[in-house]
Amino acid sequence: MTTTTPSTTATVVRVAHDGGWLTVCDLELLSPGRGAAVLLPDGGQAALFMDRSGVVRAIGNRDPFTGAYVLSRGLLGSAGGRPFVASPLLKQRFDLATGACLDDDEVSVPVYAVRVE
Amino acid sequence: MPETTIPNTPTFVLVGHGMVGQRFLESLAARGLTPAAGRARIVVLCEEPRPAYDRVQLTSYFAGRSPEELSLVEPEFMEKHGIELYVGDPAEHIDRAGRTVTARSGAVFPYDTLVLATGSYPFVPPVAGKDARGCFVYRTIEDLLAIEEYAKGARTGAVVGGGLLGLEAAGALKGLGLRTHVVEFAPRLMPVQVDEGGGAALLRTIEGMGLTVHTGVGTQEVTAGADGAVNGMALSDGSSLATDLVVFSAGVRPRDQLARECGLAVGERGGIVVDEECRTSDPAVFAIGECALASDGRVYGLVAPGYEMAETVAEVIGGGRAGFTGADMSTKLKLLGVDVASFGDAHGSAEGALDVVYADSRSGVYKKLVIGADGTLLGGVLVGDADDYGTLRPMTGSVLPVSPEQLVLPAGAGGPVTLGPSALPDDAVICSCHNVTKGAICEHTTLPEVKKCTRAGTGCGSCVKVIGQLLPQSQDTGLCGCFAYSRSELYEIVRTLGITSFTALLDSHGREEARGGEGCEVCKPTVGSVIASLAPTVGASGYVLDGEQASLQDTNDHFLANLQRNGSYSVVPRIPGGEITPEKLIVIGEVARDFGLYTKITGGQRIDLFGARVDQLPLIWTRLVDAGFESGHAYGKSLRTVKSCVGQTWCRYGVQDSVRMAIDLELRYRGLRSPHKLKSAVSGCARECAEARGKDFGIIATAGGWNLYVGGNGGATPRHADLLAQDLSDAELVRLVDRFLMFYIRTADRLERTSAWLERIDGGLEHVRDVVVHDSLGLCDELERLMADHVNGYRDEWAETIGDPERLRRFVTFVNAPDAPDPSVKFVPERDQIKPDLELLAGPVLAVRTLEGTPS
Ligand code: SRM
Ligand SMILES: Cc1cc2nc3c(=O)[nH]c(=O)nc-3n(C[C@H](O)[C@H](O)[C@H](O)COP(=O)(O)OP(=O)(O)OC[C@H]3O[C@@H](n4cnc5c(N)ncnc54)[C@H](O)[C@@H]3O)c2cc1C
Ligand code: SF4
Ligand code: FES
Repeated sequence: MTTTTPSTTATVVRVAHDGGWLTVCDLELLSPGRGAAVLLPDGGQAALFMDRSGVVRAIGNRDPFTGAYVLSRGLLGSAGGRPFVASPLLKQRFDLATGACLDDDEVSVPVYAVRVE
Repeated sequence: MPETTIPNTPTFVLVGHGMVGQRFLESLAARGLTPAAGRARIVVLCEEPRPAYDRVQLTSYFAGRSPEELSLVEPEFMEKHGIELYVGDPAEHIDRAGRTVTARSGAVFPYDTLVLATGSYPFVPPVAGKDARGCFVYRTIEDLLAIEEYAKGARTGAVVGGGLLGLEAAGALKGLGLRTHVVEFAPRLMPVQVDEGGGAALLRTIEGMGLTVHTGVGTQEVTAGADGAVNGMALSDGSSLATDLVVFSAGVRPRDQLARECGLAVGERGGIVVDEECRTSDPAVFAIGECALASDGRVYGLVAPGYEMAETVAEVIGGGRAGFTGADMSTKLKLLGVDVASFGDAHGSAEGALDVVYADSRSGVYKKLVIGADGTLLGGVLVGDADDYGTLRPMTGSVLPVSPEQLVLPAGAGGPVTLGPSALPDDAVICSCHNVTKGAICEHTTLPEVKKCTRAGTGCGSCVKVIGQLLPQSQDTGLCGCFAYSRSELYEIVRTLGITSFTALLDSHGREEARGGEGCEVCKPTVGSVIASLAPTVGASGYVLDGEQASLQDTNDHFLANLQRNGSYSVVPRIPGGEITPEKLIVIGEVARDFGLYTKITGGQRIDLFGARVDQLPLIWTRLVDAGFESGHAYGKSLRTVKSCVGQTWCRYGVQDSVRMAIDLELRYRGLRSPHKLKSAVSGCARECAEARGKDFGIIATAGGWNLYVGGNGGATPRHADLLAQDLSDAELVRLVDRFLMFYIRTADRLERTSAWLERIDGGLEHVRDVVVHDSLGLCDELERLMADHVNGYRDEWAETIGDPERLRRFVTFVNAPDAPDPSVKFVPERDQIKPDLELLAGPVLAVRTLEGTPS
């Protein structure tokens, strides 16, 4: 596995992982309104999203309804000021701040803290 | 279970937990007559191994509905109301003097009130061999499980009985892959519901579907081989037919055995005699549903009358007044893909009744309305086209607002009239399964609310379409929570103001509270599509993935491929008109082989390659583009395929070159973004091998040119396209299609196929014809110009993508490990190819979020 080495000068995105901060990529690799998947060192996957104001958030990439690792490919939206992603498979929405599924109280996905620095 | 007899509360014992039994329990609950409310003890004896389920929808088991999904009992229902349900423990004996019921388990239950809801059993004619291995009836989930299992080792099946249920069973056998025969003793199919003319139309259609029908013959004997398994049937006309499986569906008989044994009055031909209150000859005992012989002397084999009886008894034992005096026997065949409906006095037996009949045996359409001497509608039979059932049935008993001829004539024959449901009086029963009137439905505003509060639409489902038409077309016609404008209004805004960015549109024209936000999964792709359709005209980039446009696209458009259930993608190169050279076929084969893709011929005359990872898409397309392929836009709301038949070039019947026309049209409209996908087909003659009338725009060759049909649809709500214009030259055809498509794109709602659009817009087909043929709005020049812009501006998205490293950057799975393939996308072998290796999560019944019109 080759890993992109983020440059030292640019702003980078880090995701909380295993008690520390995993450096993921240069901020400029993210496009507003769209997600990107992150491969975690333990083989897990996270989904990173940047909204139009530049805020970056991360949740688990696995869609709990289908078991497929696709949430990063969903559409980003906001409702009542809260950002969410809609799964590209069966369209359930997940709150990006809490991981809660907006269409089923009993389902949620993990949330990862993010630092942009 | 402890006997929780609360002093002074009565004990109700219900025998039979079928559809009507469950409805009775719900009616008690609705009236607070429950143990939980301290008002009664309720004991239910249920013979089947599972609580009540939807028998009406039984056959949908074969379409993938699980027994659990068919359940009629909400989770916790019994617990919540404190009802004691004994599953798999039927009542065996009733002691009326001692007022007890004894169950098979030996348990004895005292009662104050006993309700019998034992339903019916399928009648099996007393023919020799009827018990051979391979003989079945069609009544319970267990019956279906047994048929399904047995059918695995069978090739031919026969259904005895060509009534409503028999045809449903025959459809199911056919669906299980059996060569299927239907044997009906009467001279026509569905003899109870349809008359001779209807029977003839039905016969044609059913035979056209590949079933073999034998009418006017009885079953004399079922023959079995040495192993005891069915191998054939001897018929009354001396002939015989070979079959591996037999389903008896020769009518039902009320289950009145228990009642007989304890001395309750039963009818001569069966059925427990009840009065208007559904009380039997013993005042402490009631009988409801299919086991009861109602006070009008009939045994009702339909669920709606049973529900009414259940309500009646609950009301009566709660101290109220109610009565059941008879019900409507209207029915609609739910299956087989044939439209058959009959309602009211279908046979015109009333004195002075006159028939208005339209029959076209070529197309299998037969419609008859029975009109009373005073002009009231008494009933009718609809075969082959039962679209009007939902509005006609509730009009039974009233004078039609238009002349009956107008209602039976087909579209295109001098302007037929379809009655809108708005013409119905408030007390018209719209849902006959649950006896819900138009007035009751109109108290609600959404379909889910109607279903929840009135249950209308939750039975056979045949009324759902009309309910939809009755509900307020939501006051807020806004697209979503972000925009108060509809799609067509947004189209006009984008077009006239030349807006090229979603955020600019949201911040200037969004709802106040949504401005500055992200938009949502509804408006982003919609606006993306509007901007793309207008790109050349408003000056936006024609490449759907440039800049901000990229973030608006659904994942399919984003990766220019279709997402599959395991996160992999499918690849569909365009094969215009379905015509392909051997060289190109070889390239597709080689690409599939080299990338390990699963290949399948699609229903759209092209080839789908499944199982590509995101990072493989550009590599695959590099090979395909090199070989001259282009994107097939299987992912976009845009033109899919223009199917063709082989046409005049080869076919002995063809009168025009349908392949060339299909290719021309497909190349002209490829890449055109629209409110929903667009499909087309061109047939070389009236035999219609390309199925053009099932398409958004379909073309059928004539000796004098081309006939253009519009608004056809396959899918969930099929619709035959309507003739827009006849005998067009090539140029006239193209010009008309240009205008038609652009007018549709301009005025349709999000995810509204041309079929739904044509039915929705004011004036319907006539209006569209006025606009695009007669240019009544003076729009045609502009529509043509918009299309010319599109045609000239078209570029292949995949060729543009692979030629640009910037654009290729998105095709990685992981932003932090661009070379790593997605480890979660795995495959296992199947039939010499591959299939997704999925966690077992994904059963046949995933919860799809049903936002109205969610994109697919
Ligand atoms: C591949 C194919 C099935 C096949 O193996 O044959 C197919 C596959 C899909 N169809 Fe289809 N349809 C396919 C032919 C059809 C046809 C037949 C035809 O086009 O002649 C129909 C009925 C005709 C019609 O559309 O009126 C058809 C009616 C639908 C519908 C129902 C549309 C409707 O108006 O009710 C949907 C759902 C939708 O679009 O909302 C759908 C949606 C889908 C989607 C896109 C569902 C999805 O979002 O994942 C499937 C994904 C394709 C993929 O991943 O590649 N598919 N689908 C066929 C592709 C044809 C092609 O070459 O492009
Ligand atoms: C395939 C199919 C399709 C149908 N389609 C339609 C349709 O489109 N429209 C329509 O209106 N109707 C339709 N029907 C008919 C409809 O299902 C019945 O009218 C309805 O189920 C009657 O309800 P019920 O409660 O009276 O009888 P059932 O639903 O049959 O319930 C009776 C229950 O009582 C049980 N029972 C019997 N004896 C005892 C005993 N001694 N102790 C305990 N339990 C006992 C039985 O096992 C059964 O579970 C269809 C039926 C079938 C089989
Ligand atoms: S539609 Fe007519 S021309 Fe085309 S293949 Fe069928 S019979 Fe031949
Ligand atoms: S008429 Fe059957 S559900 Fe309404």
